Amino acid sequence: MNQRSRLNLFVVQILIFSLMTALFGRLFYLQVAAGPKYRDAALSIQSRDVITPAIRGLIVDSSGVPLALNKVGLAITLDRIAIDKQPDKGVAVMQKLSRLLKIKYSDLYRKTRLCGELPTGDKTGCWTGSRYQPIPITKAANPDLALQIAEGSDQFPGIGAGPIAIRNYPGILGVNAAHLLGYIGPLTESDMAKSSGRKYFRSETIGKSGLEIMYDSYLRGVPGIRTLIVDRKEAITAQSHISAPLAGDHLVTSLDIRLQAGVETALADAVMRGRSSGYASDSGAAVVMDVTNGQILALASYPTYDPNIFEKGLTVQQASDLFSEKKSVPALSRPLQGLYAPASTFKSVSVIAAASAGYNLNASYNCPAEVQVGDRAFQNFESKSQGTMSLKKAIAVSCDTIWYRIAFDQWLRDGGLRPKDNPSDYFFKAAQSFNITQKVGIDLPSESSSRLADRSYKKSWYQQNKDFYCNYKDRASKEQQSAFLILLAKENCLDGDKIRAGDAVNFSIGQGDTVVTPLKLAQMYAAIGNGGTIWQMMIGKAVVKTNGKVVKTMSPIQLGKLSAAPSTLNFLHDALREVVLTGTAAGAFAGFPIPVSGKTGTAEVFGRNLNGSKKDNTSWFASYAPSNKPRYAVVMMVSQGGFGATTSGVGVRNIYETLFGVRGNTIIPGAAIFPDGKPPTILPKISPATKPIVAP
Amino acid sequence: MSQSSLRPRFKHRNRPSILGRFDPVLTGAVAVLLVMGTLLVYAATRDWYAHAGLDPQYYLKRHIINIAIGLAMAYGTTVIDYRLLRAYTPIFWGLGTLGLVAVLIPGVGSTINGAQAWIALPGGFQVQPGELAKIGIIIGMSMLLAERSHDSDEPTSRDVMQALVIAAIPVMLIIAQPDMGTVFVISAAVVTIIAVSGASSRWVAALLILAVLGGVVATKSGVLKGYQIKRLQTFVDPTADSQGAGYQLRQARITVGSGGLIGTGLFKGPQTNGRFVPEQQTDFIFTVAGEELGFLGSGLIIFLYLLIVMRALSIARRTNDPFGRLMATGISAWFAFQVFENLGMTLGLMPMTGLPLPFISYGGSSMFATLIGFGLLQNVHARSRG
Repeated sequence: MNQRSRLNLFVVQILIFSLMTALFGRLFYLQVAAGPKYRDAALSIQSRDVITPAIRGLIVDSSGVPLALNKVGLAITLDRIAIDKQPDKGVAVMQKLSRLLKIKYSDLYRKTRLCGELPTGDKTGCWTGSRYQPIPITKAANPDLALQIAEGSDQFPGIGAGPIAIRNYPGILGVNAAHLLGYIGPLTESDMAKSSGRKYFRSETIGKSGLEIMYDSYLRGVPGIRTLIVDRKEAITAQSHISAPLAGDHLVTSLDIRLQAGVETALADAVMRGRSSGYASDSGAAVVMDVTNGQILALASYPTYDPNIFEKGLTVQQASDLFSEKKSVPALSRPLQGLYAPASTFKSVSVIAAASAGYNLNASYNCPAEVQVGDRAFQNFESKSQGTMSLKKAIAVSCDTIWYRIAFDQWLRDGGLRPKDNPSDYFFKAAQSFNITQKVGIDLPSESSSRLADRSYKKSWYQQNKDFYCNYKDRASKEQQSAFLILLAKENCLDGDKIRAGDAVNFSIGQGDTVVTPLKLAQMYAAIGNGGTIWQMMIGKAVVKTNGKVVKTMSPIQLGKLSAAPSTLNFLHDALREVVLTGTAAGAFAGFPIPVSGKTGTAEVFGRNLNGSKKDNTSWFASYAPSNKPRYAVVMMVSQGGFGATTSGVGVRNIYETLFGVRGNTIIPGAAIFPDGKPPTILPKISPATKPIVAP
Repeated sequence: MSQSSLRPRFKHRNRPSILGRFDPVLTGAVAVLLVMGTLLVYAATRDWYAHAGLDPQYYLKRHIINIAIGLAMAYGTTVIDYRLLRAYTPIFWGLGTLGLVAVLIPGVGSTINGAQAWIALPGGFQVQPGELAKIGIIIGMSMLLAERSHDSDEPTSRDVMQALVIAAIPVMLIIAQPDMGTVFVISAAVVTIIAVSGASSRWVAALLILAVLGGVVATKSGVLKGYQIKRLQTFVDPTADSQGAGYQLRQARITVGSGGLIGTGLFKGPQTNGRFVPEQQTDFIFTVAGEELGFLGSGLIIFLYLLIVMRALSIARRTNDPFGRLMATGISAWFAFQVFENLGMTLGLMPMTGLPLPFISYGGSSMFATLIGFGLLQNVHARSRG
């Protein structure tokens, strides 16, 4: 053997040794270092969790009457895996089923498609769950039909029928509360993605909206799990782990089902009243709040929908109706998602502004028909001159021109279009102390933020729209090219970031760019009523286990304090009482035996309805009662409802009638919702059978 | 003075039977691997076949028969002096090459996993001539490079070129199948034999460069088939083809990794019993060891291979006969690189190719070839005088 051979043989030996060592190292990494990771991966490949859903907790009112409970329904389900394996992809079976259940084939088809399978923009009615869970076509099937399917399984391959636990909103006393309660539905991929620490199981049913989603982690409970070990062909080889389902906790709310029913009726009546007076009255909201702690006692939104339609099986028509403009978008929860100009109800803010600007609240002021502001004349409501009057009277009769003058003077003092470095901004500061742009913090999803048209709003608005207005001729559409709009655009481009005289004047009477949710206005009037505390709004009171153990009690949260002096609030209390006694709401509350304080509002709305008609005014009534010792704040709003007093004012009176047990002008003994004059503080016993105590 | 230390290792006269002169370490290591392999093949197939309602011992029985035939062949190769084998070399090589031509003829060759590498025989048996060709090439090259027509210490360029032709013909045919795993193993053995033959270093350097270029051209020029490109891609990113080759690689890695230090115990691996790794009794047999025997058991297998290859290389070093040395070197390289490619693929270090694991994987041709290789090593060992 020559030297080179010997050397090369040695090199080969070293090389092979290194290769084997590399294998050894890699093996060590896979099995020892990364072993646990791969063990988990293997487990997820081999195991299939079969979920036994937990019994969902009840949602009850403050006396324990159920608002949401569970029932046994009869479900007819479709198994996509089995259906897709059929040569015709299940067309024949589905056609047969659509005839049997008397639902449209196209509806049945859509309901059993995953949302991703339908074209973008046309997904209404799609199945939000996964392909691997049976897709319910209905959960409230006719027993005869269900039996027919269960017994003739060879005729309906891939279709199942059987009992299923369903969520039921019993609607005791005719209560609807659809927007409040929400609904439940199958877990979707996007729910999984944003689960942020919450552990979900596939094929679980979870809260999708309302209280059902906000308290889902409590209500849902823990599903039972059977872990099956399967092979590559999904054949079960072993059963590894079983855990029993753990029932969800109950949610006790501050709502009162009797009051809720009354509020819903009062709101619907107010809408009808508006319509019979010739207004469009497309929608409305009403809320009753405890001014001492922010608890919501009743909350209604109009129009509404049947909260049980999701469990019954939503038809495509029903699904699209929920968001139909023509039907006034019933899915929208007006009290927290609707934004409206507060109009004269905002004068309470202006009173506080005037007081801090040094105006004598007890002096007399002139209320002319109109006030000249710059080159524009601002008219009083219905252009009437009311003569000289006290400020209290001015609030009662809702004079606008007094506020125009004060707001215009203050605007000039602050430098007008060339504002001082440190403007006094009495109006803005008074409004800001109500925390208007902060959400009311209610335990319901998707609350809108109210908007305050102050200096910072103007600046950010200008930043966003500068480009549009400064290049108006290029940017605007043909219809937007009228001489007036072009002029307006020029003005906006020039000084759109500034508070103009008109803005200041409009601000003082709650018109212009300031918009609030009905809940925000209720929170504001509650703060006026309770002496200045701004409470976070809450519906949930406590979470209680099935064995009665209290898991969690929600305590009131103070969000802020009004900056107004006590003397100013006292004046405001007198003025708001005067509104009901002799002012704009005197007619609505004539003879009402409990002292109520409040303010009407009739907001002008710009824009047009679908049919081209000009939009009618927003009708507001914001109030609290009893005036001498405020406990409840009640606000009603009817969009396009006309006058504040006649539409909403009367509606609020109806609510107080229910609340205080008043019939006509007399208090019926024992008929008040809360006989002690305050909502119950003790948590109720919880049972699905609890019935409301209805007054004689 | 003890008697044994004086006794020469091998006496010409009074020579014990050939079995007695086997290297005991090599024999022991191979025996352990054969036993482990039998258990692993059984573990990989018993649940699978039982679930399908078939004989759970189907593969076990056939594997044992393969080993028996292989051992008989191995014994056969040790009976005659390997130096006399030279006479049979053309037959080995010729049969292998003919077989390689035959598999390419439509109707004769059958395609498994994309490579047309098999000849189906009656009775459900299949032979893979590529395995036979490996032995033909190794013996043929060793013979040409060891027998010199002159007294030089190193082979001439002419010798090297002749040897390369011996290798090139079957390799071309295997590329045509295409079975890149076998090409890789043969190429590695060819370079190793030439390096150890004492040929000029320029030859070794040139062959290494050629191998790299060949690899690059093959991937770029479309010589590789779609499934091979896919395998290479999934080697880079195992999630790229999660249902096909990528699925296999990912499952293999998970199966090995889930075994941990001590494994689930023989026959108790859920990944194996659930048949999550395809081809588990053949190319992916190591995953069974990984899952059921853990790091201790599968590490032992790698150690045994290292032992076998190091022992084989020391046989090469100790023999005085250039032919025996080159043959032992070639067989060592064959075993080493085939083990490295197979385990590297299973563990995610190498791209996916279809190569069985020597002594362990189910499959007759491979079992016969590796056992013949083992027999040749013992033959060289038994007849070497260090």
